[in-house]
Amino acid sequence: MKLTPLFAGVLTLALVGTASAQTLTIATVNNGDMIRMQGLSSAFTEETGIELNWVVLEENTLRQNVTTDIATNGGQYDIMTIGTYEAPIWAKQGWLKPLDGLTADAEYDVDDLLPPIRDGLSVDGKLYAAPFYGESSFIMYRTDLMEKAGLTMPEAPTWEFIGEAARAMTDRNNDINGVCLRGKAGWGENTAFLTTMSNSFGARWFNENWQPQFDSPEWKETIETYLSLMADAGPSGASSNGFNENLTLFQQGKCGMWIDATVAASFVTNPEESTVADKVGFALAPDTGKGKRANWLWSWALAIPASSQNADAAEQFIGWATDKDYLETVAAEEGWANVPPGTRTSLYENPNYQEAAPFAQMTLDSINAADPTNPTVDPVPYVGVQFVAIPEFAGIGTNVGQLFSAALAGQMSADDALAQAQDAVTRDMTRAGYIK
Amino acid sequence: MATRQTRTLARTMMAPAVIVLLIWMAVPLAMTIWFSFQNYSLINPMMTGFAGWGNYEYVIGDPSFTQALVNTLLLVGGVLLITVIGGTFLALLLDQPIWGQGVLRILVISPFFVMPPVAALIWKNGFMHPGYGMLGHLFKALGLEPVDWFAQYPLFSVIVIVAWQWLPFATLILLTALQSLSEEQREAAEMDGANAVNRFRYIILPHMARAITIVILIQTIFLLGIFAEIRVTTGGGPGYASTNIAFLVFRTGILSNDIGAGSAGGVVAVIIANIVAIFLMRAVGKNLDA
Amino acid sequence: MARNASVQTKVGFTVLAWTVALLLFSPILWTIVTAFKTEAEAIATPPTFLPLTFTLDNFGDVQDRSDYIKHAWNSILVSVGSTLLGLVIAIPAAWSMAFAPTKRTKDILMWMLSTKMMPAVGVLIPIYLIFRDLRLLDTVHGLTIIMTLINLPIIIWMLYTYFKEIPVDILEAARMDGAELWNEIVHVLVPMAIPGIASTLLLNVILAWNEAFWTITLTSGRAGTLTAFISSFSSPQGLFLAKLSAASLLAIAPILLLGWFSQKQLVRGLTFGAVK
Repeated sequence: MKLTPLFAGVLTLALVGTASAQTLTIATVNNGDMIRMQGLSSAFTEETGIELNWVVLEENTLRQNVTTDIATNGGQYDIMTIGTYEAPIWAKQGWLKPLDGLTADAEYDVDDLLPPIRDGLSVDGKLYAAPFYGESSFIMYRTDLMEKAGLTMPEAPTWEFIGEAARAMTDRNNDINGVCLRGKAGWGENTAFLTTMSNSFGARWFNENWQPQFDSPEWKETIETYLSLMADAGPSGASSNGFNENLTLFQQGKCGMWIDATVAASFVTNPEESTVADKVGFALAPDTGKGKRANWLWSWALAIPASSQNADAAEQFIGWATDKDYLETVAAEEGWANVPPGTRTSLYENPNYQEAAPFAQMTLDSINAADPTNPTVDPVPYVGVQFVAIPEFAGIGTNVGQLFSAALAGQMSADDALAQAQDAVTRDMTRAGYIK
Repeated sequence: MATRQTRTLARTMMAPAVIVLLIWMAVPLAMTIWFSFQNYSLINPMMTGFAGWGNYEYVIGDPSFTQALVNTLLLVGGVLLITVIGGTFLALLLDQPIWGQGVLRILVISPFFVMPPVAALIWKNGFMHPGYGMLGHLFKALGLEPVDWFAQYPLFSVIVIVAWQWLPFATLILLTALQSLSEEQREAAEMDGANAVNRFRYIILPHMARAITIVILIQTIFLLGIFAEIRVTTGGGPGYASTNIAFLVFRTGILSNDIGAGSAGGVVAVIIANIVAIFLMRAVGKNLDA
Repeated sequence: MARNASVQTKVGFTVLAWTVALLLFSPILWTIVTAFKTEAEAIATPPTFLPLTFTLDNFGDVQDRSDYIKHAWNSILVSVGSTLLGLVIAIPAAWSMAFAPTKRTKDILMWMLSTKMMPAVGVLIPIYLIFRDLRLLDTVHGLTIIMTLINLPIIIWMLYTYFKEIPVDILEAARMDGAELWNEIVHVLVPMAIPGIASTLLLNVILAWNEAFWTITLTSGRAGTLTAFISSFSSPQGLFLAKLSAASLLAIAPILLLGWFSQKQLVRGLTFGAVK
């Protein structure tokens, strides 16, 4: 048969090239800082001889792939990029190797990590994932448009002021929207934002007995404020806007204000990417005077799955990518404003950084203001600011996000969305055994 | 001709194909059925043990289940309608004596070569985005408010994208069938003085019936499992407006890491696919003298 | 009717056909031109059609982030490998169905097609576990096996319908015992069925190339195909439309070219027995 040799050839080719020297497979998310790390990592290979095999994926695909892999013990990756949500849950399951080598390394200086960030990645005092960058959320606004509207942004505004300013800054004829907020469904997208917003309105996901609270007046006020703000001053197509979409809009000068991750500050002030780089001001996330602000706490961190055969080399790489020298390397190549922020105290004490990053102090204040163990006005049985640190939250949060996204798209009313969210969450929490 | 020896031989030659497909179908299906009766969550090791019908009750009780079922049928039906009618029209058009037929045919079949995630991405960002998509620019140029397609018409938008991908396939099959219609048949019809409409209705359409059957059958197989396009564009939303059964299974099984419920959803999806298949075979199978 | 049509009719049909064809092609055309624009120009209002500043930077950026050649090579291996493997299994099966049919032939064929209706997401975890235990995760041969199984029913069906059109008498000249039968298939049937086999091959290479569920979920770094390649560009930060277009163009270009150059062969056998 004539085809057989050809086929055998193809298979042989497929088999060759899988074997090589020590190689680390790294799964990471396609964010700017990670892509920069990928670009700089050839220095690590030259230094150590360890080859790196990068898997850069869009956030949702990354989560799905690494979760399936680690939960089934698939062993495809040596290093995974995970967040503050996954780290403690996975560590408790025994899926991650503790980073004892780094913790013991004086040069790595684990005590230099910002306490809220480090705590979020530790279980029982052991560090399970090393933060690559950390973030909270705050307000980025256009100083020129604020001035034009005849207003002054206070350092710590209220939602009432945000509403007033957003409506005043909106100029539909010139395609300027007063405020850009997340609307794209997903527990890490609109649900994260709306959860922090609800915290500032005094709402909570669950009461002490794990009963969902979407039927509370606080949630109703949150969603109604959000919807009317977006209707009056938000961009068109907001229900499909996530972090990246809003970043693009802000960089193009189409948003008066944007309440989102503090890491965005370096992107919107970078003149190479942003058309409004020199006209951006920063303020703390808004509140309603109830004692909680609408800011979250998140970090993307590097962790080693328990199944990795190359744990030592993996820890070596994590050390390289998250130590003080890495920050210096990025600063030398790209300038201080572009180093991955939010992980180390020393960075915020560095005068070079303070000078290059006008948002540094505001970022640090926002991170320190977030309290994952005590996130809401009323007491709650869970940990986590913009998420609930239980394994089921990824599913529940996405479901709720879909409903709020539908409300934003005008496909259902705020009341319907909240009622359906209450039902859906009750159903899932009952199934998971939280509600007896 | 069918001697005993030939029959044995024939069976032997069939065996590899039948065996691998049997394994491919039976093993994962058996595992899925097994999981569907277990409490099994990827991220919660506390969920263990026999679940009875619990997983099935949970999936069928999902607030989006009915809508997902309807959406699945709308998606399959909508795309079939567009591709069969559009494909017939295009086939008739390409069969006319026109200049540049070769290039035209290449242009028309090109969407078939575009992988689903790319198709979804270029429609989402290059075309349907209200801010910088082509359609947005077009609407603005006409003095209209740009439409936010995925928020306002989510299922319709998905149908458009999928139909765009499958229209070339339908056109090609229908065109081949059309071109096999012999010259004599056409001329005879012309001599009889039949007008264009009657010629189409009484000569061309019956001749193409078989090809249309093939198009429906093959496309249904692929359309029941449409997934990548939904994931990339709408994520099943807003709300559940563009969630089909495949996406519902994905949401429960993978997004929520609930393998038990996801497997139950998978079994339900297999049953639905089989009902559709039986219905389809009954309806169109007699056209296939296999 | 159309043979002696007037020039006017021909012009009319030509204009209509070109309009429709260009409309259908416009998403691809738009992607091609956008790939050569700068990011700022790609989202400019009002839009430009041809790039004002023609740039190849986007392709450079895309290559910097993901190794295009590696992904493309994996795509080639998986799509061609799975199709060839599929043909090896399918040709004998299709022979049996076409030349020694039984009462159950049609049922078997329909059953084979029905295996394609199984929703992939429903069996992801079982397949993932099997792949893990057989050490097939993130391997090109693992993906090749999956693609073969997925497309086998279509391959068998296409070949079967093509074989059926071949007159039985020619084949029965040779006596049917094992060795001779094999010779007959290789030396008589296959050469006669080359157009059918060619279009089956082409169609299945296209289907395997465009498969986007298993190729993403079962691979990480080594065996990732172009569908995995594109998924790292699906929602990037900042201005990205031009880069996304460049990545899209790179991902579809090989199969688009193959399709354009081989469309005659593709069409010749792409009938599924629809033409009597």
